[in-house]
Amino acid sequence: MSDDTGRAPHDELAIDPEMVAAMCRSFITSHVTSTGAERVVLGLSGGIDSALVAYLTAAAIGADRLTVVLMPTASSSPSSKADAEAIVSDLGCQSELISIEAPLAALIANLPAGESVTPVRRGNMAARLRMTTLYDRSALHRGVVVGTGNKSEILIGYSTIFGDAASAFNPIGDLYKTQVRELSRHLGVPTQIIEKAPSADLWPGQTDEGEGGFDYPTLDRVLYRIVDRRLPLEDVIAEGFDRDFVERVSEMIRRSEFKRQMPPIAKVGGRSSGSDYLYPRRRPKLD
Amino acid sequence: MRRRVLALAQIAPTLGDLAQNFAVHQEKIAESRAAGADLVIFPELSLTGYQLQDLAPEVAMRRTDPRLAALAKLTSGGPSAVVSFVESTDDHRLFAAAALLEGGEVRHVARKCYLPTYGLFDERRFLAAGDAIRATRAALGGSVAGDVGIGIGVCEDFWHPTLPAILAQDGAELLINVAAGPARGASVDADQGLGSAASWGTLLRATAALTTSYVAFTNRVGVDESLIFWGGSRVIGPDGVVIAEAPLFEEALLLAEIDLDEVARARSALPLLRDERLELTRREYDRIIATRAGLEEV
Repeated sequence: MSDDTGRAPHDELAIDPEMVAAMCRSFITSHVTSTGAERVVLGLSGGIDSALVAYLTAAAIGADRLTVVLMPTASSSPSSKADAEAIVSDLGCQSELISIEAPLAALIANLPAGESVTPVRRGNMAARLRMTTLYDRSALHRGVVVGTGNKSEILIGYSTIFGDAASAFNPIGDLYKTQVRELSRHLGVPTQIIEKAPSADLWPGQTDEGEGGFDYPTLDRVLYRIVDRRLPLEDVIAEGFDRDFVERVSEMIRRSEFKRQMPPIAKVGGRSSGSDYLYPRRRPKLD
Repeated sequence: MRRRVLALAQIAPTLGDLAQNFAVHQEKIAESRAAGADLVIFPELSLTGYQLQDLAPEVAMRRTDPRLAALAKLTSGGPSAVVSFVESTDDHRLFAAAALLEGGEVRHVARKCYLPTYGLFDERRFLAAGDAIRATRAALGGSVAGDVGIGIGVCEDFWHPTLPAILAQDGAELLINVAAGPARGASVDADQGLGSAASWGTLLRATAALTTSYVAFTNRVGVDESLIFWGGSRVIGPDGVVIAEAPLFEEALLLAEIDLDEVARARSALPLLRDERLELTRREYDRIIATRAGLEEV
Protein backbone atom coordinates (compact mmCIF):
# COMPACT_ATOMS: atom_id res chain seq x y z
CA MET A 1 0.00 0.00 0.00
CA SER A 2 1.35 3.43 -0.83
CA ASP A 3 -0.22 6.80 -0.30
CA ASP A 4 -1.39 8.94 -3.20
CA THR A 5 1.81 11.00 -3.23
CA GLY A 6 3.60 7.95 -4.64
CA ARG A 7 6.12 7.97 -1.80
CA ALA A 8 7.17 4.68 -0.26
CA PRO A 9 4.78 3.79 2.56
CA HIS A 10 5.94 4.61 6.05
CA ASP A 11 7.57 1.52 7.52
CA GLU A 12 6.12 1.34 11.01
CA LEU A 13 8.06 -1.85 11.79
CA ALA A 14 11.45 -0.33 10.96
CA ILE A 15 13.93 -0.71 13.82
CA ASP A 16 17.34 0.73 14.59
CA PRO A 17 19.22 -2.54 13.98
CA GLU A 18 22.34 -1.60 15.95
CA MET A 19 20.26 -0.74 18.99
CA VAL A 20 18.13 -3.90 18.77
CA ALA A 21 21.27 -5.98 18.27
CA ALA A 22 22.68 -4.45 21.46
CA MET A 23 19.47 -5.39 23.31
CA CYS A 24 19.62 -8.98 22.04
CA ARG A 25 23.32 -9.33 22.91
CA SER A 26 22.68 -8.04 26.42
CA PHE A 27 19.78 -10.49 26.80
CA ILE A 28 21.82 -13.50 25.63
CA THR A 29 24.87 -12.64 27.74
CA SER A 30 22.76 -12.17 30.85
CA HIS A 31 20.90 -15.46 30.50
CA VAL A 32 24.02 -17.46 29.71
CA THR A 33 25.73 -15.93 32.75
CA SER A 34 22.79 -16.51 35.10
CA THR A 35 22.42 -20.16 34.06
CA GLY A 36 26.13 -20.77 34.52
CA ALA A 37 26.26 -22.48 31.12
CA GLU A 38 29.58 -22.85 29.33
CA ARG A 39 28.07 -22.92 25.86
CA VAL A 40 24.97 -22.06 23.89
CA VAL A 41 23.45 -24.89 21.83
CA LEU A 42 21.36 -23.98 18.82
CA GLY A 43 19.52 -25.96 16.14
CA LEU A 44 20.66 -24.52 12.81
CA SER A 45 18.22 -25.19 9.97
CA GLY A 46 19.73 -23.06 7.23
CA GLY A 47 16.82 -20.63 7.57
CA ILE A 48 17.00 -17.00 8.59
CA ASP A 49 15.73 -17.25 12.19
CA SER A 50 18.29 -19.71 13.50
CA ALA A 51 20.97 -17.98 11.39
CA LEU A 52 20.20 -14.65 13.07
CA VAL A 53 20.32 -16.18 16.55
CA ALA A 54 23.67 -17.81 15.69
CA TYR A 55 25.13 -14.42 14.66
CA LEU A 56 23.68 -12.68 17.72
CA THR A 57 25.01 -15.37 20.05
CA ALA A 58 28.47 -15.27 18.48
CA ALA A 59 28.48 -11.49 18.87
CA ALA A 60 27.30 -11.73 22.50
CA ILE A 61 29.49 -14.47 23.97
CA GLY A 62 31.92 -15.41 21.17
CA ALA A 63 31.64 -18.03 18.43
CA ASP A 64 33.96 -20.28 20.48
CA ARG A 65 31.12 -20.77 22.99
CA LEU A 66 28.48 -21.61 20.35
CA THR A 67 27.62 -25.15 19.23
CA VAL A 68 25.23 -25.40 16.30
CA VAL A 69 23.50 -28.67 15.53
CA LEU A 70 22.31 -29.51 12.01
CA MET A 71 19.46 -32.04 12.21
CA PRO A 72 18.15 -32.83 8.74
CA THR A 73 15.67 -35.52 7.72
CA ALA A 74 15.69 -37.32 4.36
CA SER A 75 13.22 -34.79 3.00
CA SER A 76 15.24 -31.73 4.05
CA SER A 77 16.39 -29.65 1.12
CA PRO A 78 20.12 -30.04 0.30
CA SER A 79 20.34 -26.25 -0.04
CA SER A 80 19.31 -25.90 3.62
CA LYS A 81 22.32 -27.92 4.68
CA ALA A 82 24.60 -25.92 2.37
CA ASP A 83 23.27 -22.66 3.83
CA ALA A 84 23.80 -23.92 7.39
CA GLU A 85 27.36 -24.92 6.50
CA ALA A 86 27.99 -21.44 5.08
CA ILE A 87 27.04 -19.98 8.48
CA VAL A 88 29.31 -22.39 10.34
CA SER A 89 32.20 -21.51 8.06
CA ASP A 90 31.54 -17.77 8.37
CA LEU A 91 31.27 -17.79 12.18
CA GLY A 92 33.88 -20.47 12.86
CA CYS A 93 31.74 -22.07 15.56
CA GLN A 94 31.57 -25.73 16.60
CA SER A 95 29.04 -27.69 14.55
CA GLU A 96 27.53 -31.14 14.72
CA LEU A 97 25.57 -32.98 12.03
CA ILE A 98 23.02 -35.35 13.56
CA SER A 99 20.43 -36.68 11.14
CA ILE A 100 17.08 -37.35 12.77
CA GLU A 101 15.89 -39.49 9.84
CA ALA A 102 16.51 -42.83 11.61
CA PRO A 103 14.64 -41.96 14.85
CA LEU A 104 11.85 -40.33 12.82
CA ALA A 105 11.48 -43.42 10.64
CA ALA A 106 11.54 -45.56 13.78
CA LEU A 107 8.76 -43.51 15.41
CA ILE A 108 6.62 -43.87 12.31
CA ALA A 109 7.40 -47.58 11.89
CA ASN A 110 6.40 -48.08 15.51
CA LEU A 111 2.86 -46.81 14.94
CA PRO A 112 -0.03 -49.31 14.84
CA ALA A 113 -0.03 -51.30 11.62
CA GLY A 114 -1.68 -49.58 8.68
CA GLU A 115 -1.73 -46.13 10.29
CA SER A 116 -0.66 -43.37 7.94
CA VAL A 117 0.98 -40.17 9.15
CA THR A 118 -0.11 -36.74 7.93
CA PRO A 119 2.61 -34.24 6.98
CA VAL A 120 1.66 -32.10 10.00
CA ARG A 121 2.09 -35.01 12.43
CA ARG A 122 5.34 -35.95 10.78
CA GLY A 123 6.53 -32.34 11.03
CA ASN A 124 5.63 -32.18 14.73
CA MET A 125 7.47 -35.45 15.36
CA ALA A 126 10.54 -34.08 13.60
CA ALA A 127 10.39 -30.83 15.62
CA ARG A 128 10.19 -32.79 18.89
CA LEU A 129 13.04 -35.10 17.90
CA ARG A 130 15.16 -32.00 17.22
CA MET A 131 14.21 -30.65 20.66
CA THR A 132 15.20 -34.00 22.25
CA THR A 133 18.50 -33.97 20.40
CA LEU A 134 19.27 -30.36 21.32
CA TYR A 135 18.54 -30.83 25.02
CA ASP A 136 20.72 -33.94 25.06
CA ARG A 137 23.58 -32.11 23.30
CA SER A 138 23.23 -29.23 25.78
CA ALA A 139 23.60 -31.70 28.67
CA LEU A 140 26.74 -33.13 27.05
CA HIS A 141 28.28 -29.71 26.38
CA ARG A 142 27.17 -28.07 29.68
CA GLY A 143 25.24 -25.75 27.43
CA VAL A 144 21.89 -24.07 27.30
CA VAL A 145 19.40 -24.27 24.41
CA VAL A 146 18.58 -20.94 22.79
CA GLY A 147 15.23 -20.50 21.04
CA THR A 148 14.86 -19.22 17.49
CA GLY A 149 11.13 -18.60 16.99
CA ASN A 150 10.13 -15.14 15.75
CA LYS A 151 7.15 -13.04 16.83
CA SER A 152 5.15 -13.62 13.63
CA GLU A 153 5.19 -17.40 13.88
CA ILE A 154 4.72 -17.38 17.65
CA LEU A 155 1.59 -15.21 17.29
CA ILE A 156 -0.05 -17.27 14.55
CA GLY A 157 0.92 -20.53 16.24
CA TYR A 158 3.18 -21.63 13.40
CA SER A 159 5.35 -23.67 15.73
CA THR A 160 5.34 -27.04 17.50
CA ILE A 161 4.65 -26.87 21.22
CA PHE A 162 7.49 -28.62 23.11
CA GLY A 163 9.28 -28.87 19.76
CA ASP A 164 10.87 -25.86 18.11
CA ALA A 165 9.05 -23.69 20.66
CA ALA A 166 11.10 -25.24 23.51
CA SER A 167 14.17 -23.37 24.73
CA ALA A 168 15.80 -21.87 27.82
CA PHE A 169 15.42 -18.33 26.43
CA ASN A 170 14.59 -16.70 23.13
CA PRO A 171 16.26 -13.47 22.01
CA ILE A 172 14.19 -12.89 18.83
CA GLY A 173 10.69 -13.93 19.92
CA ASP A 174 9.49 -10.32 20.01
CA LEU A 175 10.79 -9.48 16.50
CA TYR A 176 8.47 -9.79 13.51
CA LYS A 177 9.79 -11.68 10.49
CA THR A 178 10.36 -8.42 8.59
CA GLN A 179 12.41 -7.15 11.57
CA VAL A 180 14.34 -10.44 11.64
CA ARG A 181 15.28 -9.76 8.02
CA GLU A 182 16.36 -6.19 8.78
CA LEU A 183 18.49 -7.26 11.73
CA SER A 184 19.99 -10.15 9.71
CA ARG A 185 21.10 -7.78 6.96
CA HIS A 186 22.74 -5.57 9.55
CA LEU A 187 24.63 -8.48 11.14
CA GLY A 188 25.94 -9.86 7.84
CA VAL A 189 23.90 -13.06 7.61
CA PRO A 190 24.61 -14.44 4.09
CA THR A 191 22.31 -12.85 1.51
CA GLN A 192 21.00 -16.11 0.08
CA ILE A 193 19.65 -17.02 3.52
CA ILE A 194 17.92 -13.66 3.96
CA GLU A 195 16.36 -13.71 0.51
CA LYS A 196 15.13 -17.28 0.20
CA ALA A 197 11.49 -18.07 0.89
CA PRO A 198 10.95 -19.02 4.58
CA SER A 199 10.18 -22.71 4.94
CA ALA A 200 9.59 -25.25 7.69
CA ASP A 201 11.36 -27.63 5.26
CA LEU A 202 8.84 -30.41 5.94
CA TRP A 203 8.67 -31.50 2.32
CA PRO A 204 10.43 -30.47 -0.92
CA GLY A 205 9.36 -27.05 -2.17
CA GLN A 206 7.28 -26.19 0.92
CA THR A 207 7.22 -22.53 1.90
CA ASP A 208 5.51 -20.81 4.85
CA GLU A 209 3.94 -18.22 2.58
CA GLY A 210 2.76 -20.80 -0.01
CA GLU A 211 1.30 -23.10 2.62
CA GLY A 212 -0.18 -20.33 4.80
CA GLY A 213 -1.46 -18.23 1.91
CA PHE A 214 0.13 -14.98 3.14
CA ASP A 215 3.18 -12.84 2.66
CA TYR A 216 5.15 -11.91 5.78
CA PRO A 217 5.24 -8.13 5.24
CA THR A 218 1.42 -8.02 5.10
CA LEU A 219 1.01 -10.55 7.91
CA ASP A 220 3.35 -8.52 10.12
CA ARG A 221 1.47 -5.29 9.48
CA VAL A 222 -1.82 -6.97 10.41
CA LEU A 223 -0.32 -8.59 13.53
CA TYR A 224 1.19 -5.27 14.57
CA ARG A 225 -2.23 -3.63 14.40
CA ILE A 226 -4.10 -6.38 16.21
CA VAL A 227 -1.51 -7.16 18.89
CA ASP A 228 0.75 -4.15 19.48
CA ARG A 229 -1.81 -1.45 18.77
CA ARG A 230 -4.83 -3.40 20.08
CA LEU A 231 -6.98 -2.20 17.16
CA PRO A 232 -10.43 -3.72 16.57
CA LEU A 233 -10.51 -5.86 13.39
CA GLU A 234 -12.92 -3.45 11.70
CA ASP A 235 -10.35 -0.64 12.05
CA VAL A 236 -7.65 -2.84 10.50
CA ILE A 237 -9.94 -3.72 7.59
CA ALA A 238 -10.86 -0.04 7.17
CA GLU A 239 -7.18 0.67 6.48
CA GLY A 240 -7.47 -1.46 3.34
CA PHE A 241 -6.38 -4.91 4.52
CA ASP A 242 -8.37 -7.82 3.09
CA ARG A 243 -11.27 -8.74 5.39
CA ASP A 244 -10.91 -12.52 4.98
CA PHE A 245 -7.20 -12.33 5.65
CA VAL A 246 -7.56 -10.14 8.77
CA GLU A 247 -10.23 -12.46 10.16
CA ARG A 248 -8.11 -15.51 9.41
CA VAL A 249 -5.08 -14.00 11.19
CA SER A 250 -7.23 -13.13 14.19
CA GLU A 251 -8.46 -16.73 14.31
CA MET A 252 -4.92 -18.11 14.11
CA ILE A 253 -3.94 -15.93 17.08
CA ARG A 254 -7.01 -16.96 19.07
CA ARG A 255 -6.60 -20.67 18.43
CA SER A 256 -2.93 -20.72 19.45
CA GLU A 257 -3.09 -18.91 22.82
CA PHE A 258 -2.22 -22.18 24.60
CA LYS A 259 1.07 -22.44 22.72
CA ARG A 260 2.33 -19.24 24.30
CA GLN A 261 1.84 -20.32 27.91
CA MET A 262 3.03 -22.89 30.40
CA PRO A 263 0.42 -25.61 31.05
CA PRO A 264 -1.92 -24.73 33.93
CA ILE A 265 -1.39 -26.70 37.12
CA ALA A 266 -4.56 -27.56 39.05
CA LYS A 267 -4.44 -25.50 42.21
CA VAL A 268 -5.11 -27.78 45.15
CA GLY A 269 -2.67 -26.83 47.89
CA GLY A 270 -1.79 -23.62 49.67
CA ARG A 271 0.94 -22.42 47.37
CA SER A 272 1.27 -23.57 43.80
CA SER A 273 3.76 -23.27 40.97
CA GLY A 274 2.57 -20.78 38.40
CA SER A 275 -0.14 -19.23 40.60
CA ASP A 276 1.27 -17.97 43.87
CA TYR A 277 4.73 -19.47 44.00
CA LEU A 278 6.55 -16.95 41.83
CA TYR A 279 10.33 -16.86 41.73
CA PRO A 280 12.87 -15.75 39.15
CA ARG A 281 14.17 -18.61 37.01
CA ARG A 282 17.59 -18.48 38.64
CA ARG A 283 17.67 -17.94 42.38
CA PRO A 284 20.88 -16.95 44.08
CA LYS A 285 21.60 -18.72 47.36
CA LEU A 286 20.92 -16.26 50.16
CA ASP A 287 22.78 -16.30 53.51
CA MET B 1 29.32 29.12 43.67
CA ARG B 2 27.81 25.86 44.86
CA ARG B 3 29.39 23.46 42.41
CA ARG B 4 29.00 19.73 42.84
CA VAL B 5 30.10 16.74 40.82
CA LEU B 6 27.47 14.03 40.40
CA ALA B 7 28.32 10.43 39.48
CA LEU B 8 25.49 8.36 38.01
CA ALA B 9 26.27 4.66 38.49
CA GLN B 10 24.51 2.97 35.58
CA ILE B 11 25.02 -0.58 36.80
CA ALA B 12 23.43 -3.99 36.07
CA PRO B 13 22.40 -5.42 39.46
CA THR B 14 22.29 -9.21 39.76
CA LEU B 15 18.75 -10.33 40.57
CA GLY B 16 18.47 -11.38 44.22
CA ASP B 17 22.24 -11.53 44.81
CA LEU B 18 22.74 -9.10 47.70
CA ALA B 19 26.38 -9.97 48.35
CA GLN B 20 27.36 -9.40 44.74
CA ASN B 21 25.39 -6.15 44.53
CA PHE B 22 26.88 -4.79 47.78
CA ALA B 23 30.35 -5.50 46.35
CA VAL B 24 29.50 -3.54 43.18
CA HIS B 25 28.27 -0.61 45.31
CA GLN B 26 31.53 -0.56 47.27
CA GLU B 27 33.52 -0.51 44.02
CA LYS B 28 31.45 2.26 42.45
CA ILE B 29 31.60 4.42 45.58
CA ALA B 30 35.39 4.07 45.56
CA GLU B 31 35.51 4.81 41.83
CA SER B 32 33.32 7.90 42.32
CA ARG B 33 35.53 9.11 45.15
CA ALA B 34 38.61 8.73 42.94
CA ALA B 35 36.82 10.69 40.20
CA GLY B 36 36.14 13.56 42.61
CA ALA B 37 32.39 13.07 42.84
CA ASP B 38 30.33 14.63 45.65
CA LEU B 39 27.34 12.34 45.19
CA VAL B 40 27.01 8.93 43.53
CA ILE B 41 23.51 7.84 42.54
CA PHE B 42 22.56 4.20 41.99
CA PRO B 43 19.43 2.98 40.13
CA GLU B 44 16.15 1.60 41.54
CA LEU B 45 16.57 -1.57 43.62
CA SER B 46 20.30 -1.37 42.98
CA LEU B 47 21.06 -3.68 45.91
CA THR B 48 18.52 -6.38 45.05
CA GLY B 49 17.57 -6.37 41.35
CA TYR B 50 14.10 -5.51 40.07
CA GLN B 51 11.98 -8.54 39.06
CA LEU B 52 12.04 -10.08 42.54
CA GLN B 53 8.49 -11.42 42.86
CA ASP B 54 8.44 -13.77 45.89
CA LEU B 55 12.12 -13.02 46.56
CA ALA B 56 11.16 -9.53 47.76
CA PRO B 57 10.62 -10.47 51.45
CA GLU B 58 13.77 -12.59 51.39
CA VAL B 59 16.06 -9.75 50.29
CA ALA B 60 14.28 -7.00 52.26
CA MET B 61 16.21 -4.98 54.84
CA ARG B 62 15.38 -2.62 57.69
CA ARG B 63 16.81 0.85 57.18
CA THR B 64 18.95 0.04 60.25
CA ASP B 65 20.35 -3.14 58.66
CA PRO B 66 24.06 -3.55 59.52
CA ARG B 67 24.90 -4.18 55.84
CA LEU B 68 23.37 -0.84 54.89
CA ALA B 69 25.16 0.81 57.83
CA ALA B 70 28.46 -0.65 56.63
CA LEU B 71 27.84 0.76 53.16
CA ALA B 72 26.96 4.14 54.68
CA LYS B 73 30.31 4.12 56.55
CA LEU B 74 32.02 4.36 53.15
CA THR B 75 30.47 7.82 52.67
CA SER B 76 32.17 9.33 55.75
CA GLY B 77 35.02 10.55 53.58
CA GLY B 78 32.70 11.36 50.67
CA PRO B 79 31.07 10.99 48.29
CA SER B 80 27.48 10.85 49.54
CA ALA B 81 25.40 8.10 47.91
CA VAL B 82 21.82 7.29 46.96
CA VAL B 83 21.23 3.53 46.98
CA SER B 84 18.01 1.58 46.56
CA PHE B 85 16.70 -1.52 48.29
CA VAL B 86 13.56 -3.30 49.50
CA GLU B 87 12.75 -1.77 52.89
CA SER B 88 10.85 -3.82 55.48
CA THR B 89 9.12 -2.18 58.41
CA ASP B 90 7.96 -3.01 61.94
CA ASP B 91 4.52 -3.85 60.59
CA HIS B 92 6.05 -6.12 57.91
CA ARG B 93 5.30 -4.03 54.88
CA LEU B 94 7.77 -3.92 52.00
CA PHE B 95 8.67 -0.75 50.09
CA ALA B 96 10.84 0.04 47.09
CA ALA B 97 13.05 2.57 48.85
CA ALA B 98 15.97 4.85 48.10
CA ALA B 99 18.31 5.93 50.90
CA LEU B 100 20.61 8.93 51.08
CA LEU B 101 23.87 7.92 52.74
CA GLU B 102 26.01 10.82 53.92
CA GLY B 103 28.74 11.37 56.50
CA GLY B 104 28.78 7.67 57.34
CA GLU B 105 25.07 7.41 58.11
CA VAL B 106 21.69 6.67 56.53
CA ARG B 107 20.28 10.20 56.48
CA HIS B 108 16.98 9.96 54.61
CA VAL B 109 14.78 7.30 53.02
CA ALA B 110 12.27 7.92 50.21
CA ARG B 111 9.68 5.21 49.57
CA LYS B 112 8.22 4.73 46.10
CA CYS B 113 4.71 6.20 46.13
CA TYR B 114 3.50 5.08 42.71
CA LEU B 115 3.84 1.35 42.01
CA PRO B 116 3.10 0.52 38.37
CA THR B 117 0.79 -2.48 38.16
CA TYR B 118 -0.25 -2.64 34.53
CA GLY B 119 1.13 -4.01 31.27
CA LEU B 120 4.52 -5.53 32.01
CA PHE B 121 4.57 -4.25 35.62
CA ASP B 122 3.29 -6.08 38.71
CA GLU B 123 4.74 -4.09 41.61
CA ARG B 124 1.65 -3.59 43.74
CA ARG B 125 1.29 -7.34 44.05
CA PHE B 126 4.54 -7.56 45.98
CA LEU B 127 5.12 -4.12 47.50
CA ALA B 128 3.38 -1.41 49.54
CA ALA B 129 3.16 2.18 48.29
CA GLY B 130 4.87 4.98 50.19
CA ASP B 131 2.69 7.63 51.84
CA ALA B 132 5.04 10.60 52.12
CA ILE B 133 6.71 13.03 49.72
CA ARG B 134 9.52 14.86 51.50
CA ALA B 135 12.49 16.85 50.33
CA THR B 136 15.59 16.80 52.50
CA ARG B 137 18.80 18.77 52.85
CA ALA B 138 22.31 17.44 52.45
CA ALA B 139 25.86 18.74 52.37
CA LEU B 140 26.80 16.73 49.28
CA GLY B 141 30.49 17.27 49.79
CA GLY B 142 30.17 20.94 50.75
CA SER B 143 31.37 22.45 54.03
CA VAL B 144 27.87 23.66 55.00
CA ALA B 145 25.58 21.00 56.49
CA GLY B 146 22.25 20.86 54.65
CA ASP B 147 23.49 23.21 51.95
CA VAL B 148 21.59 21.53 49.11
CA GLY B 149 17.87 20.77 48.91
CA ILE B 150 17.26 17.40 47.30
CA GLY B 151 14.19 15.36 46.48
CA ILE B 152 14.23 11.68 45.62
CA GLY B 153 11.66 9.81 43.54
CA VAL B 154 11.71 6.19 42.43
CA CYS B 155 11.11 5.56 38.72
CA GLU B 156 7.31 5.71 38.16
CA ASP B 157 7.05 8.44 40.82
CA PHE B 158 8.06 11.05 38.22
CA TRP B 159 5.30 9.95 35.84
CA HIS B 160 2.93 11.53 38.36
CA PRO B 161 3.98 15.18 38.00
CA THR B 162 2.55 16.19 41.37
CA LEU B 163 5.37 14.26 43.04
CA PRO B 164 8.38 16.19 41.66
CA ALA B 165 6.28 19.37 41.93
CA ILE B 166 5.75 18.77 45.66
CA LEU B 167 9.44 17.94 46.15
CA ALA B 168 10.39 21.23 44.49
CA GLN B 169 7.88 23.18 46.61
CA ASP B 170 9.29 21.42 49.67
CA GLY B 171 12.76 22.78 48.97
CA ALA B 172 14.42 20.49 46.44
CA GLU B 173 16.85 22.12 44.01
CA LEU B 174 18.14 18.78 42.78
CA LEU B 175 15.53 16.17 41.87
CA ILE B 176 16.87 12.63 41.82
CA ASN B 177 15.11 9.79 40.03
CA VAL B 178 16.40 6.26 40.56
CA ALA B 179 14.95 3.98 37.90
CA ALA B 180 14.66 0.42 36.64
CA GLY B 181 13.12 1.32 33.30
CA PRO B 182 12.66 -1.60 30.90
CA ALA B 183 13.19 -1.01 27.18
CA ARG B 184 10.13 -1.27 24.95
CA GLY B 185 8.80 0.13 21.74
CA ALA B 186 11.90 -0.29 19.54
CA SER B 187 11.21 1.79 16.43
CA VAL B 188 13.11 4.17 14.18
CA ASP B 189 10.27 6.62 14.73
CA ALA B 190 11.27 7.15 18.39
CA ASP B 191 14.16 9.32 19.62
CA GLN B 192 17.21 7.07 20.05
CA GLY B 193 15.23 4.28 18.33
CA LEU B 194 13.42 3.36 21.54
CA GLY B 195 9.95 4.38 22.69
CA SER B 196 10.80 4.21 26.40
CA ALA B 197 13.95 6.35 25.95
CA ALA B 198 11.96 8.90 23.97
CA SER B 199 9.11 9.21 26.47
CA TRP B 200 11.46 9.39 29.47
CA GLY B 201 13.57 11.99 27.65
CA THR B 202 10.54 14.22 27.18
CA LEU B 203 9.34 13.69 30.75
CA LEU B 204 12.69 14.44 32.38
CA ARG B 205 13.34 17.62 30.40
CA ALA B 206 9.80 18.81 31.13
CA THR B 207 10.19 17.98 34.83
CA ALA B 208 13.42 19.99 35.09
CA ALA B 209 11.94 22.95 33.20
CA LEU B 210 8.62 22.99 35.08
CA THR B 211 10.28 22.76 38.50
CA THR B 212 13.30 24.91 37.51
CA SER B 213 15.45 22.27 39.20
CA TYR B 214 18.34 20.03 38.28
CA VAL B 215 17.20 16.50 37.46
CA ALA B 216 19.54 13.53 37.87
CA PHE B 217 18.14 10.30 36.41
CA THR B 218 19.99 7.04 37.01
CA ASN B 219 18.50 4.12 35.10
CA ARG B 220 19.90 0.61 35.29
CA VAL B 221 21.09 -1.68 32.52
CA GLY B 222 21.25 -5.48 32.34
CA VAL B 223 18.45 -8.04 32.20
CA ASP B 224 15.92 -9.50 34.65
CA GLU B 225 13.98 -12.37 33.04
CA SER B 226 12.34 -10.86 29.89
CA LEU B 227 13.13 -7.24 30.72
CA ILE B 228 16.12 -5.47 29.21
CA PHE B 229 16.85 -2.20 31.05
CA TRP B 230 17.88 0.63 28.77
CA GLY B 231 20.18 2.90 30.80
CA GLY B 232 20.50 6.33 29.21
CA SER B 233 21.08 7.96 32.62
CA ARG B 234 21.28 11.73 32.38
CA VAL B 235 21.58 15.06 34.15
CA ILE B 236 19.38 17.97 33.08
CA GLY B 237 19.74 21.62 34.02
CA PRO B 238 16.97 23.83 35.49
CA ASP B 239 16.40 25.19 31.96
CA GLY B 240 15.49 21.70 30.71
CA VAL B 241 18.72 21.22 28.73
CA VAL B 242 20.57 17.90 28.97
CA ILE B 243 24.05 18.38 30.49
CA ALA B 244 25.37 14.83 30.34
CA GLU B 245 24.01 11.52 29.12
CA ALA B 246 25.15 7.89 29.46
CA PRO B 247 24.94 5.33 26.62
CA LEU B 248 22.05 2.91 26.19
CA PHE B 249 22.38 -0.70 27.43
CA GLU B 250 25.99 -0.38 28.66
CA GLU B 251 27.31 -0.02 32.18
CA ALA B 252 28.74 3.44 32.83
CA LEU B 253 29.76 5.87 35.53
CA LEU B 254 28.51 9.20 34.20
CA LEU B 255 30.12 12.30 35.72
CA ALA B 256 28.47 15.71 35.54
CA GLU B 257 29.27 18.99 37.23
CA ILE B 258 26.36 21.15 38.32
CA ASP B 259 26.24 24.62 39.87
CA LEU B 260 23.31 24.90 42.27
CA ASP B 261 23.43 28.72 42.06
CA GLU B 262 21.99 28.20 38.56
CA VAL B 263 18.75 27.16 40.29
CA ALA B 264 18.41 30.57 41.96
CA ARG B 265 19.07 32.32 38.65
CA ALA B 266 16.59 30.10 36.79
CA ARG B 267 13.92 30.77 39.42
CA SER B 268 14.51 34.53 39.23
CA ALA B 269 14.12 34.46 35.47
CA LEU B 270 11.18 32.08 35.53
CA PRO B 271 9.41 32.21 38.93
CA LEU B 272 7.09 29.28 38.28
CA LEU B 273 7.46 27.81 41.75
CA ARG B 274 6.89 31.20 43.41
CA ASP B 275 3.69 31.67 41.41
CA GLU B 276 2.33 28.18 42.00
CA ARG B 277 -1.12 28.44 43.68
CA LEU B 278 -0.92 25.69 46.28
CA GLU B 279 -4.18 26.74 47.95
CA LEU B 280 -5.95 26.77 44.58
CA THR B 281 -4.61 23.31 43.74
CA ARG B 282 -5.63 21.98 47.13
CA ARG B 283 -9.11 23.51 46.92
CA GLU B 284 -9.76 22.04 43.50
CA TYR B 285 -8.39 18.62 44.47
CA ASP B 286 -10.54 18.68 47.62
CA ARG B 287 -13.57 19.44 45.48
CA ILE B 288 -12.78 16.62 43.01
CA ILE B 289 -12.12 14.16 45.84
CA ALA B 290 -15.42 15.06 47.49
CA THR B 291 -17.32 14.82 44.21
CA ARG B 292 -15.86 11.40 43.38
CA ALA B 293 -16.77 10.18 46.84
CA GLY B 294 -20.37 11.39 46.31
CA LEU B 295 -19.99 13.93 49.13
CA GLU B 296 -20.66 16.99 46.99
CA GLU B 297 -23.12 17.91 44.27
CA VAL B 298 -21.60 17.70 40.79
